[in-house]
Amino acid sequence: MDPTGFAMMIALFLASAIRISIPLLIGTLGETLTERSGHLNLGVEGMMLLGASTGFFVAVRTQNVLLAMLAAMGGAGAGALLYALMTVTFRANQVVTGLALTIFGAGVANTLGKSVTNQSTPRNIQDLFALQPLHPDLSGVQGIPVVGPVLQFIDTAFLQHNLYVYGALVGSALLAFYLYRTHSGLHLRAVGENPAAADASGIRVVAMRYGAIVGGGMLCGLAGLYMPLVHITTWVENITGGRGWIVVALVIFVRWDPLKAILGAFLFGALEIVGFRLQAIPALSGSIFFSQYVIDMYPYAMTILVLILANVRRKKGWQGPGALGVPYFREER
Amino acid sequence: MSIRKPAVLVLALVLVLATLFATGCTTGTTTKVKVGVLYISTVDDGGWSQAHKRGIDAAVAEIGASKVDLMELQNIPDTDTAKTNAAIDQMVAAGCKIIFATSFGYMDAVAAKATQYPDVKFEHCSGYKTAANLDNYFGQIEQPRYLSGIVAGMKSTTGKIGFVAAMPLPEVIRGINAFTLGVLSVNPTAKVYVKWTNTWYGPDVEKEAAVSLLNEGCDVLAQHQDSPAALKAAEEAGMFGIGYDNPMGTQAPKAYLTAPVWNWGAYYAYKIKAVMNGTWKVEQYWGGLKEGIVALDTLSSLVADGTQAKVDAVTTDLKAQGNDYIFKGPLKDQTGTVKVEAGKTMTRDEQMAMSWFVEGVVGEIPAS
Repeated sequence: MDPTGFAMMIALFLASAIRISIPLLIGTLGETLTERSGHLNLGVEGMMLLGASTGFFVAVRTQNVLLAMLAAMGGAGAGALLYALMTVTFRANQVVTGLALTIFGAGVANTLGKSVTNQSTPRNIQDLFALQPLHPDLSGVQGIPVVGPVLQFIDTAFLQHNLYVYGALVGSALLAFYLYRTHSGLHLRAVGENPAAADASGIRVVAMRYGAIVGGGMLCGLAGLYMPLVHITTWVENITGGRGWIVVALVIFVRWDPLKAILGAFLFGALEIVGFRLQAIPALSGSIFFSQYVIDMYPYAMTILVLILANVRRKKGWQGPGALGVPYFREER
Repeated sequence: MSIRKPAVLVLALVLVLATLFATGCTTGTTTKVKVGVLYISTVDDGGWSQAHKRGIDAAVAEIGASKVDLMELQNIPDTDTAKTNAAIDQMVAAGCKIIFATSFGYMDAVAAKATQYPDVKFEHCSGYKTAANLDNYFGQIEQPRYLSGIVAGMKSTTGKIGFVAAMPLPEVIRGINAFTLGVLSVNPTAKVYVKWTNTWYGPDVEKEAAVSLLNEGCDVLAQHQDSPAALKAAEEAGMFGIGYDNPMGTQAPKAYLTAPVWNWGAYYAYKIKAVMNGTWKVEQYWGGLKEGIVALDTLSSLVADGTQAKVDAVTTDLKAQGNDYIFKGPLKDQTGTVKVEAGKTMTRDEQMAMSWFVEGVVGEIPAS
């Protein structure tokens, strides 16, 4: 293959990896928000499915993208609210409640999805999420040596995406701003680190946790909605395909940071699709390390590696929110 | 704390009721023949199970709804022997006289259950085991696949045709080879690029495989997958695609050319009737275009000029000669080695065990 053709293949690969990383990224933002409040919600997969099904259902019925997104946020948010009720108010075990939410969400989603099976995303919404180049026409500079192909490469890989992709990137920046640059974000982090101290300083721990969990759930709903509405453009059972679990690992991998999440999601997304490209290279396709089954393992292996590193280095921020997974009893302060 | 107990009780009650409703099954009278059908996914999956459901419905319509009592269990994973066993036990307990197990992976479970329940007839799709009350059945889908290869070969202008393939099994390899031979019969310099997804049904993975093929320059995609994801990817890229299992034209109208489809109805009607008259026997059914169990969907308006005439002509030959028309020598593998000499054809056993690609396929068969 000639070098330009090869560069083009790489650019197209990067573009595909970005597109497939979007549900991972938005889900990671949601779970980061939740975990920053000190709650470990393992129901990401369930909430993504809830959002995907309710959002797609409304999209098909109304052809209105805003209503669809609100429905996705509402569906997943309702699941998150249930989780918050169980874990914040009733102090149920967070792990068990999260797992239950996953199973519950999958059941509800697949039941609701039945009524929209074999339906496609309405044409107006497909057009809305068609690729939107972020730049003026580049055909004039293509002939320039070096600069032309380089611009072409950047353009193909990074500047031709749909609105959902751009929205997710803006969302990452907004969440980072909220967590690190606002009072409310500071309060939320304090609640996640040490709810007793936060409570003593006048922060409303329960309200912050409810807000973060439900808000995080809504983001997971939008993450799920991407799959039927934009990516596959139809409903199929269990459409998120285990991405909720990747998100749980990814949050740890990017150490609860919305900006690192962009790179982490991109990396895990790339791993998801790299196998098909490697099949085109006979020398590699025979190797066990490039078998798709083994590649599917890498995100978890890398997360375990980060956990080990976190323990070895004992660096601030690597361990996650201090109170993560621990229920807060005001009476036991 | 007083709210917790009632809340838990109500939740538990809701769960129990929901489960009861979800598993609700039909109970029949003894005058009807009770037919059990095991599906690997739901019957509206748009793919494999839906094709079987279409067949069952056609069979019931043919025999008469008043004479058949259906018991259908969906979403029974064929990798989960315990669930498969439980489903079969449930069907036998409900009085099923014939049970259709519609996925390859049910084979061992069905074989064991056939021994356990000698009075029930078991029909297993796409497997190879038999017993006194265990038969298997399949269709020569490679015949319409060959025809779809002609459609793809005539449509492609880049000479690169993609094939999104599920598992590296003889069934799939045979289909890819037949498809490729169909392509080469009208477009001798074309190549067929294969990507493995390692799943029968995974729309997201299927789409990524399709996108990868489109990136490599393919302008027509074919598939041995049970969802329309590859077709949709082709449509998004402004290219063309060939479906599978069921007519898929409504899923991607701007890309859809045609699809090799299953019409199981005739076989199901025949076997249910055989149980009713007591003439059921083991026969390892393997029908083709002639028997009507497989077909090529109506060509869409997007196919190249002259495609219909070519497809019609070859259909006649395929009906007359069967798979011998496709797998006749000389056939070379990817390295150019002659695998079937001129004047010879492949035996049924050789076709059933096919584990090499014909010349013109680009891609490896992973060692398994």
